[in-house]
Amino acid sequence: MAVAVPPFETFYEAHNEEVFRFLGRRLGRERAEDAFQETFLRALRAYPRLEHGEHLRAWVLTIASRIVVDLARRQRPQGELPELATEDGRPAFEELAPLTEALPPKERAAVVLRYGYDLGYDEIGAALGSTEAAARQAASAGVRKLRKEQQ
Amino acid sequence: MSETLSPVLDERFRAAAAAEGLLDVAYDILPDTAIGALLVGVSERGVCRITFDPDPERELEQLARLHGPRVLRVSKSVERVRIELDEYLDGRRRHFDVEPDIRVVPEFHRVVLEELAQVEYGSTTTYGALAAKTGHPRAARAVGTVMHRNPVPIVLPCHRVVGANGSLTGYGGGLDRKELLLRLEGAIL
Repeated sequence: MAVAVPPFETFYEAHNEEVFRFLGRRLGRERAEDAFQETFLRALRAYPRLEHGEHLRAWVLTIASRIVVDLARRQRPQGELPELATEDGRPAFEELAPLTEALPPKERAAVVLRYGYDLGYDEIGAALGSTEAAARQAASAGVRKLRKEQQ
Repeated sequence: MSETLSPVLDERFRAAAAAEGLLDVAYDILPDTAIGALLVGVSERGVCRITFDPDPERELEQLARLHGPRVLRVSKSVERVRIELDEYLDGRRRHFDVEPDIRVVPEFHRVVLEELAQVEYGSTTTYGALAAKTGHPRAARAVGTVMHRNPVPIVLPCHRVVGANGSLTGYGGGLDRKELLLRLEGAIL
């Protein structure tokens, strides 16, 4: 049976320090503060749509990564985007991380969440702040590019 | 270390979550009221939970199961209930202005609890009398069960319901507390 989604308080207490450290390293303390709040507000909005309580750490770190990407995009519209890596040591993710490095951030996140963490497209959509359809599209576009690259 | 989450930032997030209306239940634990430690939970509609001597882990699971998983501690959200409880326990309030939210209880329980809400400060009734008021005069025992499962004791005054022979019978928060509340209200000497 799937692990039930825990009360948000339990989830928040389990991951807030790590998310804050992650954001602090990426953004510096001051910008990390706003990003921290935005990360957990976004998680809270998506929370009722989660179907099970697995991979919540990866899920929230992905939301945080997405916010780092958004902030970077706003700041340097044509510049290079920061790497979208979470700190999770899951093997599936580690294998996918180098493979997907060249993908645009959204496609990369969708591919990694789908195939590395086995999240549903609805969850991925929520994590990326977009829709289920957009998440599906991003994942399949990413996979198509990876296939092309390997040929 | 500079990179730990500050209490200010933590509180700011909690307040923002409540202000944006994203929570199923906001709760807080009041560790030292005149009647001991209480957990108070509020929904958008009112106070939905009061527990004596709460075991937070178990309590959060139950709130999530009944009301939805977005359960978060936000002291500011329970401020009004806290103040009213303090005033009541200090003898300065006879009636609660906060609305009880009992949407999640089964139909029969709701009917009984709505009748219970009419029992006045400083008076008592019996399980049988309350049962009769709901049109089920023989359901005294079932009414006892409803009282025992009352999600918002004190605000919905199940302490005012006693046995037909005048004995205090029972109370979810312990008989000592039932006695204390009835004494506070002047219903017993």
